[in-house]
Amino acid sequence: MSTAAGRERFLARPSFIELDARERSRAILDSGTFRELAGPFDRLKSPWLPLQGVVAQADDGVVIARGAIDGQPAVVASIEGAYQGGSVGEVSGAKLAGALELALRDAELGRPVRPVLLLETGGVRLQEANLGLAAIAEVHAAIVALRRHVPVVAVVAGLVGCFGGMSLAAALCSRLIVTRQARLGMNGPEVIEQEAGLAELDASDRALIWRLMGGEQRHATGFADVLVEDDAEAIAAEVRGAFTAAPATPRSEQVEALIARLATIDAAQPPEPAALRTLWGSS
Amino acid sequence: MERLSFTYPAREPVARRVHVGVVGSGDLEVLLEPSSDEDAHVAVTTSVDGFGTVWKHVLDRFFARFGGAAAIEINDFGATPGVVLLRLEQAAEALRA
Repeated sequence: MSTAAGRERFLARPSFIELDARERSRAILDSGTFRELAGPFDRLKSPWLPLQGVVAQADDGVVIARGAIDGQPAVVASIEGAYQGGSVGEVSGAKLAGALELALRDAELGRPVRPVLLLETGGVRLQEANLGLAAIAEVHAAIVALRRHVPVVAVVAGLVGCFGGMSLAAALCSRLIVTRQARLGMNGPEVIEQEAGLAELDASDRALIWRLMGGEQRHATGFADVLVEDDAEAIAAEVRGAFTAAPATPRSEQVEALIARLATIDAAQPPEPAALRTLWGSS
Repeated sequence: MERLSFTYPAREPVARRVHVGVVGSGDLEVLLEPSSDEDAHVAVTTSVDGFGTVWKHVLDRFFARFGGAAAIEINDFGATPGVVLLRLEQAAEALRA
């Protein structure tokens, strides 16, 4: 942003990252159509966190909203990254899976609903372990079933990113939209450092982390479909566009191509992030 | 984790419900809805033990001006008194909007 015009544009841009989960859903849905299901006043809280001395949030950190996208019925499931790292527990997982399963039922009855996932999550909530993992498996199954009827669109905007079992959910979606601030990966940097040592990965090296698993790198190496600025209007426009774009083969069905990619890597001498873009960028 | 409850006399009914905030680090959520009687009731769940007196001071100050017969649930994750008061004022403002 070296020019005054660039600075003006930057300041005028409505940030998506700065919005909370509920505001993000409103930003994606057509103006005035937001209607929340199973909201905070229904008090579907985690029964497990208070038993472990952790304060529970009234909506368990997931906002499910019905509304319209481009005038068509839609459902947006948005994870609140500031609450427990956006982790998926029994209740929040049931809300995510339930929203997708109801969208699937509507699609099967010939009433397609446009499903959107706003993912900001470290993955399973460790305090709820297996219950959260089971819910994430239901989310995976629902995405795979639903994407046969209607594109399933995911946005990873940042700053938490999307990790663990929920990174698999992001990868299963028909279209994945990321920002430069997003991170996407199976294991988060702290987990890798803890398990494999500082020599493997320095989790405090932010520049390295983003070069490895940041939105720009994931887009350049074909793991995300759209790279967009942190602009609520631009992100909403990309979500709308995802439902009119020509259908593509889901990434999870491109097994041969992905195996062929692995064959280009020498695990003993792993490539630098920039080299990986050259190696995988076009395949 | 500690649970605290407070009751304050109210001057006027509350017509709707309002939700603000997040149970994030240094933050809290406030659920405000009409009370079932003529008083205002506050139920606090906080991650930090031993600050009951501070909570009472903050709520005394809020209810010195706010007169709604509200049932308020607060889920707190280590917010400072200033942040608590700001979130309560935000809820009161959303009620008027």
